[in-house]
Amino acid sequence: MTARLPRGGRRIDRSRSVEFSFDGKPMRGFVGDTLASALLGRGQQVMGRSFKYHRPRSVVAAGPEEPNALMGIGTGARFEPNRRATVQELYDGLEARSQNAWPSLGFDVGRVNDWVSPLFPAGFYYKTFLAPRVAWKHLFEPVIRKAAGLGAAPEGADGDRYEQAYAHCDLLVAGGGIAGLAAALAAGARGERVIVMEQSAHWGGRAPTDAGEIDGMAPDAWVEDAVARLGGMDSVTLRLRCQVAGVYDHGYVLANEGLTDHRADKAGPRERLWRIRTKKVVAATGALERPLSFAGNDVPGVMLASAVRDYVDLWGVSPGDRTVIVTNNDDAYLTAKVLVRAGLSVPAIIDARPAPDSAVVREVKALGVAVHAGRGIAKVLGRDKVAGVAICLIDGEGAVLQEIKCDCVAMSGGWSPVVHLWSHCGGKLTWDADRAMFVPDLDRPPLGADGVGFVACAGAASGAMTTGAALRDAHAAAGGEGEAPQAEDEAFDLEPVWQMPRGAPHKLRSKAWLDYQNDVKVSDVRLAAQEGFESVEHTKRYTTLGMATDQGKLSNINGLAILADSLGEPIPQVGTTTFRPPWTPVTIGTLAGEARGDLFQPLRRTPLHDWHEAHGAHWEPVGQWRRPYCYLRDGETPEQAVHREVLATRNGLGLLDASTLGKILVRGPDAERFVDMLYTNKVSTLKPGACRYGLMCDENGFLIDDGVAARIDEQTFLCHTTTGGADRIHGWMEDWLQCEWWDWKVHAVNLTEQFAQIAVVGPHARTVLERLGEMDVSKEALPFMRWAEGEIAGIPARVFRISFSGELSYEVAVPASRGLELWEALHREGADLGATAYGTECLHVMRAEKGFIMIGDETDGTVVPQDLGLDWAISKKKDDFLGKRGQERTHLSDPDRWKLVGLETLDGSVIEDGAYIPDAGRNANGQWNVQGRVTSTYHSPTLGKGIAMGLLRHGPKRMGEVVKLTRIGKEPVEARVVSPVFYDPEGERQDV
Amino acid sequence: MLILRCPVCGVDACETELAPGGEAHLERFGPGSSDEAFEGYLFVRANPKGVHLERWRHAMGCGKWFLAARDTATMEVLGTYGAQTEAPPADIQSKIEEASR
Repeated sequence: MTARLPRGGRRIDRSRSVEFSFDGKPMRGFVGDTLASALLGRGQQVMGRSFKYHRPRSVVAAGPEEPNALMGIGTGARFEPNRRATVQELYDGLEARSQNAWPSLGFDVGRVNDWVSPLFPAGFYYKTFLAPRVAWKHLFEPVIRKAAGLGAAPEGADGDRYEQAYAHCDLLVAGGGIAGLAAALAAGARGERVIVMEQSAHWGGRAPTDAGEIDGMAPDAWVEDAVARLGGMDSVTLRLRCQVAGVYDHGYVLANEGLTDHRADKAGPRERLWRIRTKKVVAATGALERPLSFAGNDVPGVMLASAVRDYVDLWGVSPGDRTVIVTNNDDAYLTAKVLVRAGLSVPAIIDARPAPDSAVVREVKALGVAVHAGRGIAKVLGRDKVAGVAICLIDGEGAVLQEIKCDCVAMSGGWSPVVHLWSHCGGKLTWDADRAMFVPDLDRPPLGADGVGFVACAGAASGAMTTGAALRDAHAAAGGEGEAPQAEDEAFDLEPVWQMPRGAPHKLRSKAWLDYQNDVKVSDVRLAAQEGFESVEHTKRYTTLGMATDQGKLSNINGLAILADSLGEPIPQVGTTTFRPPWTPVTIGTLAGEARGDLFQPLRRTPLHDWHEAHGAHWEPVGQWRRPYCYLRDGETPEQAVHREVLATRNGLGLLDASTLGKILVRGPDAERFVDMLYTNKVSTLKPGACRYGLMCDENGFLIDDGVAARIDEQTFLCHTTTGGADRIHGWMEDWLQCEWWDWKVHAVNLTEQFAQIAVVGPHARTVLERLGEMDVSKEALPFMRWAEGEIAGIPARVFRISFSGELSYEVAVPASRGLELWEALHREGADLGATAYGTECLHVMRAEKGFIMIGDETDGTVVPQDLGLDWAISKKKDDFLGKRGQERTHLSDPDRWKLVGLETLDGSVIEDGAYIPDAGRNANGQWNVQGRVTSTYHSPTLGKGIAMGLLRHGPKRMGEVVKLTRIGKEPVEARVVSPVFYDPEGERQDV
Repeated sequence: MLILRCPVCGVDACETELAPGGEAHLERFGPGSSDEAFEGYLFVRANPKGVHLERWRHAMGCGKWFLAARDTATMEVLGTYGAQTEAPPADIQSKIEEASR
C-alpha cells in the first residue's frame, strides 16, 4: 500500500494542505505535491485503465514521460483530457477524473478484453474487420468509435485565453537541470543573450536526489547558487514551467509556458506560446529511464527505479513497504539507498549482471540488502497489485527459483538520452553499444542557414551520464572558458537486457508490456516481425507501439531492440522512429493564441460597412471581406429579401456596394503589350474612354478571373477583377512583370481600397444620376461599355456603363472617403424611384438570369473559357497570351468536353446545388456514369421559376433535350436543356 | 521556419513573411512549342535533394520576388539574389559548386 511517510519530501510543505477531488472523492495533499504524489500519498494506487485491455494501471514514472496516469482535469469549459498526473501540480479545488474506465475505475467492463487478449494480437483491427462490408456500418464502427480515443473530448468552446510572445537570443537552453544551468553560466559569463527554459517548476533536474557534491556544495545548494548567479546576469532570462516543445529550421523554437494550470486562480491567459529565434540551442534535456520487459511489468506497484526514489525523496511518499529492485545497471542502487534511508524495506535487488561490483553496489550490500546477481524476474505475482516476484535465471527460460513477497517493484533497464530536440530538425543519432543508448552523432547535427550545426546536446542528453561528465559536457557545449563545475563521476555500468528472462517463452512475453499506453507487448512486436514488418516505422503503425500522447518515451528503445532481435539485425540497423515535435502535447488553444473569434483573421470593411450593418445586412464572408448577402427588413427571411431586391432592381432602382471589386491600374509604355498577354482577348485596341469584358487564364489555359478593363489613357488601363481575385491577380501580374518580362516598361498598382464603387442599376438608374447632377449620363454622351469622368453630387467620380445584371447600369467609383456621401445621396434622391440596396445574392440571381458566368461557380480550376461558350472572348489574332499554348492541348480542345447550358426543370422547381446529370450505365466501381453537373442554381423571381446553369457533355448541341438531375435522398428530377440566357436574350434592357 | 534575406529590401525575412514560388530559372514555352517542351515548362521540376534554385516573394514585406539557392536536405542557404537574372551570380555559383563537391 502506498502512503505518506511521516517525514521527508523536499518539495512539499507539510504545514499547508491542499484540497482536491479524484473521481468525485474529496482528498487532501500538500503544497508542492503533484496530483500523482498526492494520490499515492492517499493510498490511491490505481489511476487509470489501459487503452486496449482495460487493465488497472498506476503511475510508472514521476515526470512527463508518464504513460498511464492520464486524467481529465477541470470541468465545463475548462475541462481537458489526458493530462499527466505526474506533472499536474496540485492546487486547491482541483478536480481530476480517471479515464478509460466504465462504469468505474474499480470495476471495469472492458477488462473482458484482457481475459480474451489472445484474440487481440497486433494488427487486430486490420485482420478482423475486413468483411462483410455491411458489418462495418452497423457493428464494427459503432463499437470501435465508443472504444476509441483516450479520455473524453471537452464539450463546447475552450473557456481559457492563450497568448503568444516572441523572443530572440544567442543561446536557448532547453532544460534547467545542472547541465542546463552550467551551459547558461558559461554563455552568460560572456554576456550572451541567454534564455533558460525548464519544463517543471523546479531547477536542478534530478541532481538534488541523485548527485553528490558539486563544487564542494550539496547539489541543491549548488543549484540555488547557480540560479542566483544567473538571475544576476542582465542578459540571462530564466523561465520555469516552460517546455521547449519543438526545434525547427534556422533556429526557430517553439516553447509553451504554463501560467495557470498550477493555480486555483485561473485569471489571465492559461498558457503562453514563445516563438523564439536563437542562434544556438543547447538541449540539456536529460535522460529517461527505461522499463524492463518482464511478465506483469504493468501491474500497479511496478515503477521505474528513479520514480520510486523521486516519490520518497521529493514528496515523502512510500510506494510500498517492501520494494524489490530489478536492474541491469548500477544506477538503480541509488533507489535502494533512498528507500533504506527512509526506513523502508528492500528485500532484494535482482541484478541481471553476472557479477556487479562497483562502489555503489558494495555500499548497498553493506546496508544489508541482498543482491541476486545473474537473475531476473520471471513474473510479477498479484493481479491488480503487486504481491511479490518470482525470480529466475536471467539467461534461462523463466523456471522459478524463488518467490519474494513485496508490494512494489522498482525497475531499471538503463537510460535513454532525450535526443528529441536534437532530432526534430534533422540531427542524426549513433548507437552507443556499451551503454545501450542512442546518442547524438556529432558529425551530423541539424544545420542552420549558414550550414553550421545550431543544436548541441549537453549533459545526460548527449550521453554524459555521470554528474562530473554532465557538467564538463555542458560547459563545453556552451563554449565555456575556464574550469567547468566539478563533481564526482559515479559508477555507470550496464548490461543490456531487452527481455527478461532472455529466453522467455511466449506465455511470459505476452504479459511483458513494452508500451503501457497502447497496450503493446513483447509478443506483439515479435508477431509483427514474424509477419514481415521489418521497418520500425511500419511496426510502429501496425502495433501502435510508441503512438498516442507519450509518443513512446518509455517504449521506443525497448520496442526496437525487440524488433531488431526478432529480425536478427543489430539495433542501429533497425534504427529509431522519427522524433517529431512537440516534446509533450501542446494545447491547440496555445498554438491558436489570440487568433480566435473576431480576431481569427483581419476583417476588411468597405467604406459603406457600417451603413450595411445599420440597415439589416445579412452578412456573407467573401475572402476577408464581409458583404451583405441581402438586407433583411422587418420579419423577412433571406429568401424573401432577395426576392424583393431582385424585383425592385429590375423594375425600379437597385443600389449595390461593389467596392470590393478588384481595381488594378496597369500603366506604362508597354501597358498595351502587357494587357494583351494577361487577357485572352485583345484589349490593346480599346480606345481611351472605352470598356471591354475580358478573361484571364493561367498557363494551363484554365479560366482564373474575369472582369471589365477600361482604358484610361494611351498608357493606362484600369483592370477590374473579381472580389476574391484582386490580390491574387495583382500578385499574378507582379510575378510576370518581375520575373519574366522585367524589361517591359509597365507597372501594376492595386487600387482596390482607394475607391468606393457603387452600382446604380435598373430602369431609373439614369434618372437618379441626372438628379444628382453635373454629369451627362445620357445614352449619347455615355453609351453602353464606355466610361467618363466628372462629378456626381459634387464628388469627383468615374462612371462606367457596365452591367452585370442586364439592366441599365452605371458603376460609379469615387474616392473611398466619399463613398458613404454618394451612397446616401443616391438613396435620398432615389427614394421615390424605389431605390433599394441589394446584396450579393440578388447580384448572383440577376447575373444567372442573364447567363453571365461567375468565377468559382462556373469555373473550378479545370474549366477553359471554351467550355463556357466564351470563344468570342478568345483572340485568334494574337500570337500569344497566357494560357494560349495550354488550351491547344488535345484534352482541352476535345469536342466531348462538358459545356455550358441552361437547365429548366419541367416542374419549375429549383435544382439542388451541386446536382449531377447522370448518364446511362455504371462505371467499374458500380457508380452511375455522369455526363454533367450543375454550376449555379436559383429561384428566379423575375421569371417565377427555378433556373440553373450547368456543364453538360455536347451541351449546346442538345437544346430541348430532357435530362435527369440528382437529388439527395430523392428520385432525380427532370429538366430541359435550354440556352443559359434566361432573360432579355437580345440585351435590350442594358443598352438604352 | 526558414530565414531568407530579401535582396531587394535587405530584410532577413522569416518564412511567415514569404510566399514560395517553386523552381527558378524556368524557360517559358508558349504557342508553337512542342508538347515535350511545354510539359517541361509547366510540370517537370528538378526537385533535387541538395541545392535548389527557387523563387520566393517577400509577400508580407516589400512585395518583390527574389531567388534563393537553398539546400533542400540541410536547409543551408547559399545565397539569395534578384529575380531579374537567368542564372545565379558568380559568388553563389561557386558556393553551389563547392557544396555539391
